Amino acid sequence: MKKKITQFLGFFFLRVCLYTVLAVLLLFLFDIGSKGGKVISWEFLSQAPRRGMTEGGIFPAIMGTFLVTIITAILAVPMGMFTAIYLNEYAKQTRLTRIIRLSIRNLSGVPSIVYGLFGVILFVNVLRFGTSILSAGLTLGLLTLPWTITASEEALKAIPNSYREGALALGATQWQSIRTNVLPYALPGMLTGMVLGLSRAAGETAPIMFTGAAFYLPFLPKSLGDQFMALPYHLYVMATQHHAISQVRPLAYGTALVLLLLILIMNLAVIIVRYRLRRVKRE
Amino acid sequence: MKRTSWIKLKESAIRAFLFTNGILAVVILVGIFFFLLYTSIPAFREVNIKEFFLSKNWDPTSPVKAEFGILSMVVSTLMVTLGALAIAVPIGIGVASYLSDVAHWRVREVVKPIVEVLAGIPSVVVGFLGIVLFGPAIAEVFGLSNGLNAINGSILLAIMAMPTIISISEDSLNAVPRAYSEASLALGASRWQTLIRVKIPAALSGIIAAVMLGMGRAIGETMTVLMATGNAPAFPKSFLSSIRTMTATIAIELGEVPYYTTHYYALFAIGLVLFVITFVVNLISDIILHKYQEREL
Amino acid sequence: MNFRKVLIGFICLSLLAAGPVFAKKKMIQVKGSDTMVNLVQVLAEAYMEKNRQNPIAVLGGGSGTGIAALINGTCDIASHSRPMKNKEIEMAKDRGVIPHRFIIAVDGLSVIVNEKNPVSKMVMDQIGAIYRGEITNWKEVGGADWPVSLYGRQSNSGTYVFFQEHVLGNQNYSQDMKQMNGNAQIIEGVSKDKYGIGYVGVGYTLDSDGTVRKGIKIIMVAKNAGATAYSPLDKAAVDSGDYPVARPLFQSSAGTPQGAVLDFIKFAISEEGQEIVEREGFFPIGSSHQEENKKNMK
Repeated sequence: MKKKITQFLGFFFLRVCLYTVLAVLLLFLFDIGSKGGKVISWEFLSQAPRRGMTEGGIFPAIMGTFLVTIITAILAVPMGMFTAIYLNEYAKQTRLTRIIRLSIRNLSGVPSIVYGLFGVILFVNVLRFGTSILSAGLTLGLLTLPWTITASEEALKAIPNSYREGALALGATQWQSIRTNVLPYALPGMLTGMVLGLSRAAGETAPIMFTGAAFYLPFLPKSLGDQFMALPYHLYVMATQHHAISQVRPLAYGTALVLLLLILIMNLAVIIVRYRLRRVKRE
Repeated sequence: MKRTSWIKLKESAIRAFLFTNGILAVVILVGIFFFLLYTSIPAFREVNIKEFFLSKNWDPTSPVKAEFGILSMVVSTLMVTLGALAIAVPIGIGVASYLSDVAHWRVREVVKPIVEVLAGIPSVVVGFLGIVLFGPAIAEVFGLSNGLNAINGSILLAIMAMPTIISISEDSLNAVPRAYSEASLALGASRWQTLIRVKIPAALSGIIAAVMLGMGRAIGETMTVLMATGNAPAFPKSFLSSIRTMTATIAIELGEVPYYTTHYYALFAIGLVLFVITFVVNLISDIILHKYQEREL
Repeated sequence: MNFRKVLIGFICLSLLAAGPVFAKKKMIQVKGSDTMVNLVQVLAEAYMEKNRQNPIAVLGGGSGTGIAALINGTCDIASHSRPMKNKEIEMAKDRGVIPHRFIIAVDGLSVIVNEKNPVSKMVMDQIGAIYRGEITNWKEVGGADWPVSLYGRQSNSGTYVFFQEHVLGNQNYSQDMKQMNGNAQIIEGVSKDKYGIGYVGVGYTLDSDGTVRKGIKIIMVAKNAGATAYSPLDKAAVDSGDYPVARPLFQSSAGTPQGAVLDFIKFAISEEGQEIVEREGFFPIGSSHQEENKKNMK
């Protein structure tokens, strides 16, 4: 009897844990969704801020985030893929490669502000790119690189060796076997990992704060050397630095909602693709 | 014959390209550490190392005497991290246990993506919610005048660290061989007793690794603590005081510091300390996971 | 999932972004004081309405950030609510930047408390003692038996430095002061915190319709015990110096201002600009300030 009661209480505790987590998430989404939803409109998404940013929209921030994420992708995606291919397919599995792999994986745990520091000194100062889309994008690219390498490696590892061996046995060279028998199957996994990494980068504030994000710009950036507005930085500014924070609180909510939706959509796409893949594999 | 030598050439070229690419990536990433080190060293020409690590006062712009002690901010970071773990570990392991042992597979399919979504919420949004949602609530509950303090930070960081703890703990629990649970059940133990006395101990190293990874995440968080903990540089008196973490200090002062001054170098020194702490925590967790996986196989 | 297709798609994306790489369009960068950022932004918007060919980017970050940017060469105009320190001027000259300073407005730095706080006037010394951490309970200044909850700015703020020099007698702030990111956060904090005290630029204490913001109360300040206490909203008191915490608000350029930079500064100190200054809750500059400005334009 005692066993049954303890089990009941125990599992009840576990259920409570689950409900707490779900409740918190729902609370977040509801708060931002309801207060942000009131503000979102086509004008909000397509116009620039006006009147000292107390009115108008957040289009420059959306565009800025979009542009800087493209630069991030240009640095992190190909380099990530190729490094993963080399590490997993070509490099001899020695102690050195294990150490390298370990280091890369642990670099993804380094605080984003430290990448920001690095970005300031390398891109803004030493390489003289100044505060710009380029500097911020490269900094975010470095932040995302460990992630893309690891995600690509996971995808490659999931392909059984028999695929590679089959091709090699038929006389293919190593690259040919990779190209025809490994990559096509690993690519969906790789790309979904990349998209997840990029969605993280899009939401980062600390690396772009000192490398290019701006409080307010009257025009859209016209080149890679310009500063830019960005969604996460805009939210930070609206919530803490703006001169009339209570007045623009609704706009801050709107910004938060747009940022969340952007990331949710990217994550959802990945989840759906992965789910489809798993079902195919099961059959 | 010509065709094969052309193919061989292509092969070598591709291999060389991939190798260069890989080396470049590794060099850049390792370079971050050396760059930080190189830029921190000038700070110690002017700042005594003992003072740096042991003094409670960080006041680089003081008109009286510029001080560069990081003890208060290190303690603040640790406080808020431990507070976060105190919340996230029980709940996280609880959810992981539920998902691996009690939940119907359909529930799992739904909850797992939800947990991933929680992981994707950007830190600035969490910080924002700390200001508008949790701050006033905390102020009410504790009868405080203001909700920007260490507890607020701990709750928010717990929310950020939980998805990591949940997913890795759940993976570890699932990896426990069925034979263990079946043996336990066969001997008459209830599912709960099996979970508590057999599965969790068996998965312990994986769970510890998960907790350490979560801890690393909490230590390195910047925006969340910057927005919600009040940023008072004093040595923390309690969980209800306003505190300022290492990450927040860098974020606050990096913008105002003229390049190549002692203050500038000192900020990089803090960055170096952060880098080392998070890297080591992640490394230990990784080694534990690795050892654990090897053992199970 | 053809590898080639992905590669092509990628190249297209890169070309799209590369576009006119580094075809830099010259925008005047104004960085600095949070106290002034709203004022400068409204000035910039008004200026750009008639001068679309000279776009101006306004960034905040605090007076220290603006000055650092001017020294580092990353901005054209620095807004600062405190004068540059000698160290900073020397550093600037070392890097080949000779700052020219202009006064564009006058601020009555205001001390605010929560509207529920019974205290309504204080002596300068008392305020200094509170912020140095020497006075920790409101009853010591004639209020209720409440602990003092300090709000202030961060070290990058000109207001922080000015307050430290003039009210704290150049001593250290109490380490318990909550260091907020901007004037607005201080207002928000104090309005919700019964025990709170904060310092902000006078322009921030007023709503868009000119009344004092809800939730806060402006403290009248007396120079010493026995003197009359004045409010920062009192223009005469600010001008005459009876209100002891008045200060000029500056904009500095790197070297002699020219072109669009000169144009914008001239606009700020013109009649139209000064009208905007008043509308934003600050005080227009006096004749002695105008003299100094004329001198520094050379």
